[in-house]
Amino acid sequence: MLKVTIDGIETQVEPGTTILQAARKIATEQPEHSHLVPPAMCYYSPLEGSGGKCRTCIVKVTQGSERDPRPMPKPVASCQTQVMDGMVVENTTNPDLLAARKGVVELLLINHPLDCPVCDQAGECHLQDLAFAHGASETRYEEERRTFERIDIGPYIQLHMTRCILCYRCVYTANQFTDERVHGVLFRGDRAEIGTYIEKAIKNDFSGNVIDVCPVGALTDKTFRFRSRVWFTRPFDAHRKCDKCCGKTVLWMAGDDVLRVTARKDVFDEVEEFICNECRFDHKVKEDWTIEGPRSIHRHSVISANKYKAKAKTVV
Amino acid sequence: MQKLTNRSKVVSQKDMSFLEKAYVPAILSGMGITLKHFFKKKSTVAYPEQERSFSPVYRGRHVLKRDDKGAERCTACGLCAVACPAEAITMTAAERQKGEESLYREEKYAAVYEINMLRCIFCGLCEEACPKEAIFLTPNITPAYYDRQDFVYGKDMLVEGIAPEDRVDVSKRQFWRDNLESTQKNP
Repeated sequence: MLKVTIDGIETQVEPGTTILQAARKIATEQPEHSHLVPPAMCYYSPLEGSGGKCRTCIVKVTQGSERDPRPMPKPVASCQTQVMDGMVVENTTNPDLLAARKGVVELLLINHPLDCPVCDQAGECHLQDLAFAHGASETRYEEERRTFERIDIGPYIQLHMTRCILCYRCVYTANQFTDERVHGVLFRGDRAEIGTYIEKAIKNDFSGNVIDVCPVGALTDKTFRFRSRVWFTRPFDAHRKCDKCCGKTVLWMAGDDVLRVTARKDVFDEVEEFICNECRFDHKVKEDWTIEGPRSIHRHSVISANKYKAKAKTVV
Repeated sequence: MQKLTNRSKVVSQKDMSFLEKAYVPAILSGMGITLKHFFKKKSTVAYPEQERSFSPVYRGRHVLKRDDKGAERCTACGLCAVACPAEAITMTAAERQKGEESLYREEKYAAVYEINMLRCIFCGLCEEACPKEAIFLTPNITPAYYDRQDFVYGKDMLVEGIAPEDRVDVSKRQFWRDNLESTQKNP
């Protein structure tokens, strides 16, 4: 076991663990320290090979290891850097690093259209949370932002390439969970974009999961498009018998209407078990599901707005 | 008899004179008070004909603004509704179709936008939350109705007209809103 210290909190991890995973281990064991987990826009633990692209998870390593205590010269991507014995890592305690992260957020937002009032992802968007927590409130960018027409990928998925931050999560998801990938990243550098061959429909059973893994509003549910806002719908844990997937989902309801079905996400906003397209798109009636109960939402999330847990007192 | 407290008063019950029995001094003093009020300044105004001056930041009924070209600014983002402490605002969004660009500014717009004026407490948080500068509170007041349903204002009551004379001037509220933001940024 290797000893690693992150923001003054010590933990023991297996060899081969990355700094990000070690920080998440601390947050899981001691939830009061969950703020020290670096944000991650591209790393997604269920997806093999993801990470290392967005640079939001950078941390400062002030001591490389017990044997070689020199600090690492530059901030490192915590999702890719493995822990060494006796490593000392600074994340939230290092003001220089927070300034660097602010710069990264600014770079991610350069081509982002900032159309949150229109975007269906608003309220559960990682880029929104990241910009709120680490970014500047105003943009300094004066050049023209690159824009794209929105693309229909099949009948269920809408691609807004303007909002994409090129995290590659959807590409890995399609590679690893579906038989045949028909979309990918075309072109290079600042012209890179998610594209499909001749806008071919994604027909695989698990293709809908690209909606859940997308950290921004680039890939959204077309059946939910403009139906409601995330914070007006009420999430319920539900399950049904499905021979393709686990059938465990979250129903986003308004009254008795099921507006949207998504997979369940853990505290790090990663999908616990991927669900099939049949569960996601074809069963939008309450009767098809066994509802387990309301899903608990963090009270600082906007999704918890106007939702009350306490039973109302009867007015005499 | 011994007194129970030292605060008790001795009441005299002397016989009243004839005039006092006929209420003459009481009526006269009462008339005097009434007469005095004839010459005092009135504390009320004759409302529909005469109106009081409003404070420049008075918060009355809402208006949904259009932009300079006459397109509706509201994009049904729902931030006013989530900011509303009285939960008075509801809306349904719809997608703008081709050819409606002059009607709605963004690709999404509010097909239904309702404010329940009985619920509204005119706090102005909707105006503060609005990212599109679409909703403003005006110095106009909500009239009284006989039917509760009439207080639910739809878009027909809220959206301002396209013609220049139908536009609602919100420059004072806008000034206040802009300054509020600057004071929050540099306290």
